[in-house]
Amino acid sequence: MVFHAFLIKYAEIAIKGKNRYMFEDALVKQMQIALSKVEGEFTVKKEQGRVYVFCPEVYDFDDTVEALLRVFGIVEICPVVIYKDNGLEQTKKDVVEYMRNRHPEFKGSIKVYTRRAKKSYPINSMEVSAQIGEALLNEFENLSVDVHNPDMTISVEIRDKIYVYTDKIKGPGGMPIGTNGKAMLLLSGGIDSPVAGYLISKRGVKLEAVYFHAPPYTSERAKQKVVDLAKLVAKYSGPIRLHVVNFTDIQLYIYDQCPHEELTIIMRRYMMRIAEHIAREDKCLGLITGESIGQVASQTLQSLAATNDVCTLPVYRPVIGFDKQEIVEISKKIDTFETSIQPFEDCCTIFVAKHPVTKPNLKVIRRSEEKLNEKIDELLETAYKTIEVIDID
Amino acid sequence: MEAYFDNCATTRCYPEVVQIVTKTMVEDYGNPSAMHLKGVEGENYVKNSAKILAGILKVTEKEILFTSGGTESNNLALIGGAIANKRAGNHIITTAVEHAAVSEPVHRLEEMGFEVTILPVDHRGVVSVEALQDALRQDTILVSVMYVNNEIGSVMPIETIAKTVHEKAPKALFHVDAIQGFGKYAIYPKRQGIDLLSVSAHKIHGPKGVGFLYINANAKVQPQILGGGQQAGMRSGTDNVPGIAGLGVAAKKMYDHLEENVAKMYALKAHMAKGLSELQDVVINGMGIEEGAPQILSVSFLGIRSEVLLHTLEDRGIYISAGSACSSHKRKASSTLTAIGMEPAQIECTVRISFSEENTMEEVDYCLQILREVLPILRRYARR
Repeated sequence: MVFHAFLIKYAEIAIKGKNRYMFEDALVKQMQIALSKVEGEFTVKKEQGRVYVFCPEVYDFDDTVEALLRVFGIVEICPVVIYKDNGLEQTKKDVVEYMRNRHPEFKGSIKVYTRRAKKSYPINSMEVSAQIGEALLNEFENLSVDVHNPDMTISVEIRDKIYVYTDKIKGPGGMPIGTNGKAMLLLSGGIDSPVAGYLISKRGVKLEAVYFHAPPYTSERAKQKVVDLAKLVAKYSGPIRLHVVNFTDIQLYIYDQCPHEELTIIMRRYMMRIAEHIAREDKCLGLITGESIGQVASQTLQSLAATNDVCTLPVYRPVIGFDKQEIVEISKKIDTFETSIQPFEDCCTIFVAKHPVTKPNLKVIRRSEEKLNEKIDELLETAYKTIEVIDID
Repeated sequence: MEAYFDNCATTRCYPEVVQIVTKTMVEDYGNPSAMHLKGVEGENYVKNSAKILAGILKVTEKEILFTSGGTESNNLALIGGAIANKRAGNHIITTAVEHAAVSEPVHRLEEMGFEVTILPVDHRGVVSVEALQDALRQDTILVSVMYVNNEIGSVMPIETIAKTVHEKAPKALFHVDAIQGFGKYAIYPKRQGIDLLSVSAHKIHGPKGVGFLYINANAKVQPQILGGGQQAGMRSGTDNVPGIAGLGVAAKKMYDHLEENVAKMYALKAHMAKGLSELQDVVINGMGIEEGAPQILSVSFLGIRSEVLLHTLEDRGIYISAGSACSSHKRKASSTLTAIGMEPAQIECTVRISFSEENTMEEVDYCLQILREVLPILRRYARR
C-alpha cells in the first residue's frame, strides 16, 4: 500500500503554552534535516496543531520512517493514505477499500474516529463515523464496533482531502534539538559517553564534543573511533562540532610533577578545565560526562567531587545512577556499542597507576597541582591553540 | 624520509603487476569461462600464471589451484583435506605457532570431532621433530606446519618433517603454510615431500585478494566453494583474472631475482640487528640472524609498549608492526610469543620489523637514528 503522508504526533511540546510555536518550529526544522538525507522531496507542514510529512510520488518507506524515528520530539508516526473529497458516499467506499488493502485479515472490534478540520463539511463528525462504521460492518463479516475499547481505531480526518490512517509507529519521544541550548560532551572512546550525549540531546539540547588525544600513546585509530562515535550520536542529535585536544604534553608534565596515584584525578581535572574553556568560548551552557557512580576509581563520590571542583558550569551526568548493563543496553539501542568496544587505548588508561587514589582529598590534590604552576599555563595555551575542529554532520 | 618495514603485513605492488592488473581490467577483461574470443584471452592469463607458478615449484599446472589468498588456501587445505580423508583416520597434527588462518580451521575440525595434537616449539620458535615423531600415528591424516613463522621468522625443518610424516603416517597429507616462505626460499614440493602448499600474492608484491594452493595430484581434497565448477570443480567462482595475472608476474619477478633479493634482505636485517644490539635493553627474538627468515626481525624494546613505539615511529614515517598485523586488532597476547616462552611483560614490548628488497640501508640507518632519539624519552614515561 502506498502512503501519501505521515501524521506526526507530539505530546510534550503541545502543552507548553506560548512556547508551543517555538517547539513546533524546532520540530519541523529537525524533521526537515532528517528527511534531507532520504532520497526524494518531502514537504513538512504545520497545520492546525498537527505536523504532516507529505511524501513524493516515489520514495522508500522504511528509510523515511527510520529517519523520522531519530527526530526527538516525535511521539508517534502514522502513515496516512489521502483520498479526494468527493462526498461522503465516495469516502465510505474509499475507507472500505483502505481496509481491504491494508488489513485484509483483520478480525475484531473497531472504532471509526472522525475529525473535521474543515468545519464547512456538511455532516458532523459523529454522523460521519457512524456512517463509515456501518459501511464497514456491511462489507466485512468479522468486524464489530466497540467505541470504548476497540482493537483498532480507524482515523478519518476531513480536510481539503480525506486522510485515513490506522497504524501508529512509536517515536523516540523527547524534545526537538535546538529547544534547550547547547552543551559540551566529554567524548571518550568508551560505552558511557556516547550514551550520555544521546540522553541529553534527547531533551532538545544541541551537542558539541571534546576528545583528548594523546599521541603516540593513543593511536590515530582511537581518534577515528571517536569520530565514528560522534557520527553515530549525530544521527540523533544533529551536527556535532568535535574538538580534538592534543593532551600529551599536559599528561606527561603531570606525570613528571605529581604523585603517581593522583595522576588520573589530576588529569581529569585538567580535562574538565579544558572542556569548560572550550565550552565557554562556544557558548555552551553546561558540560556532559558519561560518569556513573563507583564504576571506576575516578568515579567515586570523592573523585567526582574532586573533578567537579574545577568547573563553574553545571556538569550533566545523565547515566550517573545507571548500572553498566543498563548503559550497555542503551548503547546497543542507539548502535554505538559495537564501535565503543573496539580495543584502542584511550588517554585515561595509558599511565594509570596500579592503585590510584579512590578517595582523593581535595586539599591534597590542590597542593599537588601547585607543582604544575611553572609550566601548566603555557601548556594549556598551546593545547588551546592546537585544537583540531572536526564538524560532524 | 619514509621507511616501510611492515612487509610481512603486505608489500607494495611491482609496477609490472599494476600494469597487467590494469590491462586485464580494461582491455582483456573477458570471463575465462565464456566461449568467445574475449573469454579465451582471459583464460590465457590464468594459464600463463599457472605455468609460471608450476615452473617455480617444479610441479604441473594442474596442481595449482587459485584462491582468494592465504587464508582461503589454508582453510581449503585443512577443512577440505581432513574431510576428504576422514575414512583413513581421525587425527590431525599442527604446531603451537601457526597463523590464525591455520589454527582456527584446526579448531573447527576439533569441534567437528577430529582429534588434534598441537606440537610445542623451542625458544626460537622451531617445532620439535621428536615431538612430531611421538605424535604421529597410523590414523594421522593431516599434518600442517608453516614454512616461516610470521611473527618471529623462525624457519621450520620442512624436509625432515615431511620425511618423518611420510614414514610414520603413510596416509597423512603434509600441508605447509608457505605464506611467509614463498618468494624467500626455493620450494620444491615434490622433492621436499609437501602435499599441500599455501601461498599469498600480496606478500610478494602482488595484489591483495589472490593466492593459490598447490595440491599434489594424488592428494584428495574436498572442494569447499561450490557453484559453476570452475578450476575443475575444485573452486567455483569466476576466476579472478587480474589478481591471478598479477600473482604470476610478481612471482616471476621475485624468483628471477631470488638470490639477490634474499641477500639484500639479509644484509638489511643484519645491519638493523647490529644497530639494535648497540642499544640498551633491546632483545632480538627467534633464530640467529642468518638462520631465521631473511625478511623478519622480532625485537623487544624492554620497558616500552609496542603500540606506543609503533605510533612514535609512525610519526616519523617509519612503519613497523606490533606483533602481527592480523592479531593486533585484538588485545590478546600473541600465541606465538607465548609459545616460545616469552613473559607477558616482554610480549607487550615486542615489535616486528619486516623487510623487502625494496628497502634501503639509508632507511635502516634512519630508523636506528630515530630509535636512538626516542627510546630514552619513551622509557622515561613508562607505566609505573
